[in-house]
Amino acid sequence: MSVKASSAKDVVLARVREALQVPAPPPHLKSHDLQEAAGISNARPAGAVGTFKPLSIAPLDVARPWLPEGGQTPEERMHILCDNLKRLKAEFHRACHLQAAAELIFSIARERDWQRVAYHRHELVDPVASALHCATVCVGEPASFDKRALEQCDAGITACESLVAQTGSILVSSATCGGRSLSILPPVHIVIAHIDQIVATLEDALHDAKVRHAGRMPSMLSFITGPSRTGDIERILVLGAHGPKELIVVLVGESP
Amino acid sequence: MTSEYSIVYGRTVSEHALRLVPLSFQIPHHTVHPVHIDLFIPCFVDQMTPGVGLAVTRVLERLGHTVEFRPAQTCCGQPSFNSGYWDEARSVAIRALDVFEGAQAVVGPSGSCVAMMRVFYPQLLAGTPHETRALDLASKTFEFSEFLVEKLGVTDVGARFPHSVTYHDGCHGLRELRIQQAPRQLLRAVKDLELIECDEAESCCGFGGLFSVKFPMISTAMAEVKGGSLARTECEYIVSSDPTCQLQLDGWFSKKKMKPRTIHLAEVLAGGDA
Amino acid sequence: MSVHDATTKAALPAEAKNQFLHDAAEHVRDIDHRSFVRKALGGYYVTRDSQKAKYRDWEHARDAAALAKWSAVNRLDELLPLFVTNFEAGGGIVHFARDAQEARTIIVDLVRASNAKAIIKSKCMTTEEIHLNDALEKEGYVVVESDLGEFIQQLRGEPPYHFVFPCMHVRRGEISDLFQKHLGTEPTQSPEELTMIARRYMRQLYVDADVGITGANFLVAETGQISITENEGNARLTAALPRVHIALSGIEKVVASLADLAVLLPMLATAGTGQPMTCYNTLYSGPQKNDEPDGPREMHLVLLDNARTAILADPEQRDSLHCIRCGACLNVCPIFKNVGGFTYGTTYQGPIGSVITPHLRGLSDWNHLSSASSLCGACTDACPVRIDIHHHLLHNRRNAVRASPKRLEHIGHQLFAFVAARPWLFAAGGKLFRWSLGFLKKIRPPLLRQWLETRDLPPAPPKSFRQLWKERS
Repeated sequence: MSVKASSAKDVVLARVREALQVPAPPPHLKSHDLQEAAGISNARPAGAVGTFKPLSIAPLDVARPWLPEGGQTPEERMHILCDNLKRLKAEFHRACHLQAAAELIFSIARERDWQRVAYHRHELVDPVASALHCATVCVGEPASFDKRALEQCDAGITACESLVAQTGSILVSSATCGGRSLSILPPVHIVIAHIDQIVATLEDALHDAKVRHAGRMPSMLSFITGPSRTGDIERILVLGAHGPKELIVVLVGESP
Repeated sequence: MTSEYSIVYGRTVSEHALRLVPLSFQIPHHTVHPVHIDLFIPCFVDQMTPGVGLAVTRVLERLGHTVEFRPAQTCCGQPSFNSGYWDEARSVAIRALDVFEGAQAVVGPSGSCVAMMRVFYPQLLAGTPHETRALDLASKTFEFSEFLVEKLGVTDVGARFPHSVTYHDGCHGLRELRIQQAPRQLLRAVKDLELIECDEAESCCGFGGLFSVKFPMISTAMAEVKGGSLARTECEYIVSSDPTCQLQLDGWFSKKKMKPRTIHLAEVLAGGDA
Repeated sequence: MSVHDATTKAALPAEAKNQFLHDAAEHVRDIDHRSFVRKALGGYYVTRDSQKAKYRDWEHARDAAALAKWSAVNRLDELLPLFVTNFEAGGGIVHFARDAQEARTIIVDLVRASNAKAIIKSKCMTTEEIHLNDALEKEGYVVVESDLGEFIQQLRGEPPYHFVFPCMHVRRGEISDLFQKHLGTEPTQSPEELTMIARRYMRQLYVDADVGITGANFLVAETGQISITENEGNARLTAALPRVHIALSGIEKVVASLADLAVLLPMLATAGTGQPMTCYNTLYSGPQKNDEPDGPREMHLVLLDNARTAILADPEQRDSLHCIRCGACLNVCPIFKNVGGFTYGTTYQGPIGSVITPHLRGLSDWNHLSSASSLCGACTDACPVRIDIHHHLLHNRRNAVRASPKRLEHIGHQLFAFVAARPWLFAAGGKLFRWSLGFLKKIRPPLLRQWLETRDLPPAPPKSFRQLWKERS
């Protein structure tokens, strides 16, 4: 096969196949069982040429017990999540019902004299947005999307797919949380979520997303872990680099 | 099997060498079976710091073991190995296998040279007829402090050293052989000794063999960092298990007219209560 | 605004080693700079260690991360086509590039086809590797780096100093001066205010840009998504507002499944910056979907080989493709901390850079990076995916000797092996050395001179151990 005649894709894939003719030994692991598990199929093959055998054990299954704790019970998960959000310098509120959440955001908006707030249609977001004293911008139909108007907003209110206790992350998607810009362009991001949306680990959040969007992934899924930040200047932490300076999380629902 | 390929698969002995390689002997704790120990005296110790070899002998003999030095030994081949001249290093390594043939335990006062024998010989000789012998030697070669603590089960060797000291971890001992606690356990058991840790305990002193003369400016900068940290402890002595780290640190301290001096762990442990 | 250093050095590879020696010596003399860099990294150790403590066992987690990358890289023949199929199903377009030139051409053509006037870019080391900005600027396009550190480096006309912390060597006062000069802002000593200056400057650029260029940290084969890790939100904006999103990634970034990210994302953050997760970890599966309010209309993914398959073909060093570019090995490397990022003259600095650069740019010209190491192994211990970094430096040294041994050095090592095989000669040679050491110190032959300039050498003892042993028995 001449290089010129074939596409770059064919050439690169052929190089990959060629390169993998000789298998590589497994990495040095701390766990002996694992080292053996990885080594049995791939250590010293009979010949120098062989095909890699997939691991009999998923790396995540190996890691699960060793990763940071996500909590066994709803109480634990709530506790770990709060703790992580605090550490991440996110603002965290509880509201026993949606009405209370709406009042809370109303008073925050009033206090800060917000002129314009963006939101998207969602059962948790609508009551909050409609209670606001100021102008609102609804992000929804692709045809009416106006990035310049969104840029002028003081805050963006979104729902989320899940909240991850383990890392304090909030999973948003372009399909269910008002697209790509709403959660990143305005200087304040408000998340309205229900306490049932708390999951223990990243694994759970990813798994749920995969099931929820089976066969049709949103074009964007994003884990938001605290307000935007940078340490680029002398490694000193500054919040609000390009994304929101503030992340306000309101959890709706009675205590678990 | 090509040698290139073999080298790849020679990585069986690694940071976990001690556990992966079946040990040819294991001494139950708290028994005083005298062990016959073969000294592995690295070339630098032989020529420049013979006192360290004598101190090792004294400590081991005081514990009731017999010690032998096979004068046919020379160098482990690390300078060539580290420079990329593996063929030359291989010939030196094969010779070392012959020299230590039949030994029960080989003990050396240098983490670096022991790492060469235990970790790198099996890689160097993988796929050659000497591979099994290399693995065998690897399984019974020990760094001095690790041998005392892990193999003989001894931490108190009855030494007295009325000084404040800090411990400098040699990188090969620390990261190739995973020795960190053994020397500290030994030091803590020494009478009248005060052990103070420095803030750069795991940093390299910058020796690195020929690196120290091929890249003298980097090597010296590293000595400044590590030496500075060690000096800040204001200890009287810096204890090390690697004579070449001592060469680097002492050389720098002396040039800078700074006070602290290094001493080998064996020399501290050889100091009796008398 | 071009990447002067790296390009010049790439053009004159024969000079690479001399340049390295020169720059290292220069840098080592700059005590202030060294302590500034050391101080900047001081905070990293603290946060990293406290975050590591949250793992029930960091070492086991490293095992899993290493396995995830190992099994993906060794199944690339299967997973790469699978990824491409799944990604294309999401509406994105994949372009393969054999080398840097081809990747540049593809991206320049895409930009031209989109009638772009303004281009915004988020941090991506692979674009540095192919010198993309130079290529785009040559075509007359203005490219703005949106990551704060990269933006500062772009204004300074310098490549990144550290591939995760691009301007960690720059003091706030210098940044203030830089912004004053280029953006006309008031001087300030506050990192917060400086960050806000960049934020305000960049906002309109995001809105106005037609093309957004990003990198990718992982390519998820199972779902056909690319994963981008960042802290500032600039990559999110870059992939949200412009009409066209172009992502560039090395082919080795493929992982098998989404579940692997549940291990790799937190570990990347912890090892790299000591965070539980970086602020934004975003998965993109293509352009805006019909029912989504916004997003780019087109998404292109350029998959780059550029010698990665050469590394893949070397089973011994294949694990260097496990690298997730967290920068942990740089942060702990005593060489990096003392010679600084620019001295390497490479896109990827530090230990991992010393391992892979010879593959990317030629062993004979770049092996000196492998030699410039005391082999302390701090890098290997820090690596979250267990790349055998410092041993690969040894492998590079061996390969370089095998390819072209230096005659004098070779003779030296042959002589050494000859002497080491003869104990009597070894003992005699040692005796001669000890006897003449005082004299040698006076005449200072090469190598010894390099030692003596900064370090003393103790006097040789009168007798060797073997002599003392003989006398003893």
